[in-house]
Amino acid sequence: MTTKSTASPTPAGPFAIEAEGLVKTFGGEVRALDGVSFGVERGTVLGLLGPNGAGKTTAVRVLTTTLAPDQGRARVNGFDVVGQAQQVRESIGLAGQYAAVDENLTGRENLRMIGQLLHLSRRDAGRVADELLERFALTEAADRPSKTYSGGMRRRLDIAAALVHRPPVLFLDEPTTGLDPNSRNAVWSLIEQLVAGGTTVLLTTQYLEEADRLADRIVVVDRGTVIAEGTASELKAELGETVLDLGFADPVTAERAAAVLAGHWPGPPTAEGTLVELNVTSGPSQVMLALRVLDEAGLAPGTMTLREPSLDDVFLNLTGHRTFADEELEEAR
Amino acid sequence: MTTATNVLPEPATPVRRSKLAGAVGDALVLTERNLIGYVRIPEALFFSTVQPIMFVLLFRYVFGGAIATPGMSYVDYLMPGIFVQTVMFGAVGTSIGLAEDLHKGLIERFRSLPMASSAVLAGRTTADLVRNVFVMVLISAVGFLVGFRVHTNVLAFLAAIGLMLLFAYALSWGFSIIGLSAPNSETAQLMSFPLLFPLVFASTAFVPAATMPSWLRPFAEHQPVSVVVNAVRALTQGGPTARWVVPALLWSVGLLVVLMPLAVRRYRRAI
Repeated sequence: MTTKSTASPTPAGPFAIEAEGLVKTFGGEVRALDGVSFGVERGTVLGLLGPNGAGKTTAVRVLTTTLAPDQGRARVNGFDVVGQAQQVRESIGLAGQYAAVDENLTGRENLRMIGQLLHLSRRDAGRVADELLERFALTEAADRPSKTYSGGMRRRLDIAAALVHRPPVLFLDEPTTGLDPNSRNAVWSLIEQLVAGGTTVLLTTQYLEEADRLADRIVVVDRGTVIAEGTASELKAELGETVLDLGFADPVTAERAAAVLAGHWPGPPTAEGTLVELNVTSGPSQVMLALRVLDEAGLAPGTMTLREPSLDDVFLNLTGHRTFADEELEEAR
Repeated sequence: MTTATNVLPEPATPVRRSKLAGAVGDALVLTERNLIGYVRIPEALFFSTVQPIMFVLLFRYVFGGAIATPGMSYVDYLMPGIFVQTVMFGAVGTSIGLAEDLHKGLIERFRSLPMASSAVLAGRTTADLVRNVFVMVLISAVGFLVGFRVHTNVLAFLAAIGLMLLFAYALSWGFSIIGLSAPNSETAQLMSFPLLFPLVFASTAFVPAATMPSWLRPFAEHQPVSVVVNAVRALTQGGPTARWVVPALLWSVGLLVVLMPLAVRRYRRAI
């Protein structure tokens, strides 16, 4: 089975999504996008990774034609998002942040409505709705108003609604935010199946783990600009494989420990409160080194943990600030 | 959900339609969707008719005795005002509904679909028109129960109902602009009332303008609500009809012609 779509892509170029220097300002002050450029190759997944207010949702809105950029250009499936908005809309599916389904309608009615709005015949709209309900494990709940659905079911219905016209390009804005681990896994495996079928996916996320599992390439955005780009392993290599956290009795001791360790480390350790954080590539041997250095200086840590780097670490490393500092910009609009 | 290839539905070819037929079709799909919402939450519809019924009873039996109306009984004077007030307050529902759609992300989804950009507003306002037909029938019944009588003929009464539905439809487009501009549905409701109250109460809907202070009288006599109410009175109670019906039609059509494109423009910029 081929993934035929309603809008045939223009043959030129390997990119399903191209953004060039996108700028979007709100109220003349907040630069939600400040010159964002990236490309997504056909049949691949791009993870747009960043904290709240980084500009992820604004980027999705520009690429899905719901918001016009102030500057810059973008093409989706070969069509310009401003000049050829209609063709772009025929090429894309969008599942936004809020699980945008009509709560008063049943799952079946929601999907049928989307089919009819896409100008399928009543029969086809009904048939497509039934198929999607079955494939998204919603058949049993199909005739219940969607307000009775769990968060995971609603999210599945939302993604199903984005697939009615088999779009070659799918936008997922934080597809698993607020879901429990089981529902999150179900959504992840759905996305993987879609990608295996040839769909190009742009997904925004706040979770490194999610980008790591699903994305072929990751673009890290912060305050409207791209601050890093690469595969998950490239980003991690840049960051170090693991993070060593050393806890001390008080901030002054922590500062001293960080200073002592600095001379022995390729990347500078960061001290925050009573915690010293080190990016390490070979865990155990560097733990021993750290302890030896600290022992010689007469500083004994109270706690010690080795862990995977989090999005917060990526940010601290790339920008020098933590993600929560950006929450004041949340949903800038 | 077992193999990679069967997540997507089997392909279906969209039916080719002209741009206009497509836009009308989209609007009808969304009208149906909004009407299903009304049917699924009958409480909302029920309570939206309780308030006008209370107004009928309040003015008919509490305030009415103190209000002198030349040439007709107070209940005959009152009911045209109640009808117009009811459809106007009903138009607030348009702004609330759209504010909800906007903040639940539904409008973002609709905007990302290759559908007519007028359809969401047309679907909402048309559903509200249908709701108004239902409300009119109910309030008429209540009016007849408390002594309201049509002193002309059935056709003139139906013309009066039609005129009010047209006026309400035009207002719905105006209130949709408020709905698309409000930060949430509660605020949409609050934002609507400062506009509604002067129009509904500084009018000839419930009392003759003659008793109002001289600075208020010109406004109360000539603003669109009074014009429509007076037209409905002429159509149901007799008297020179063209004097009020023509300006009432002009107001309704004029508001529609101005508000429709403004609302669509606001819709294109919403989110």
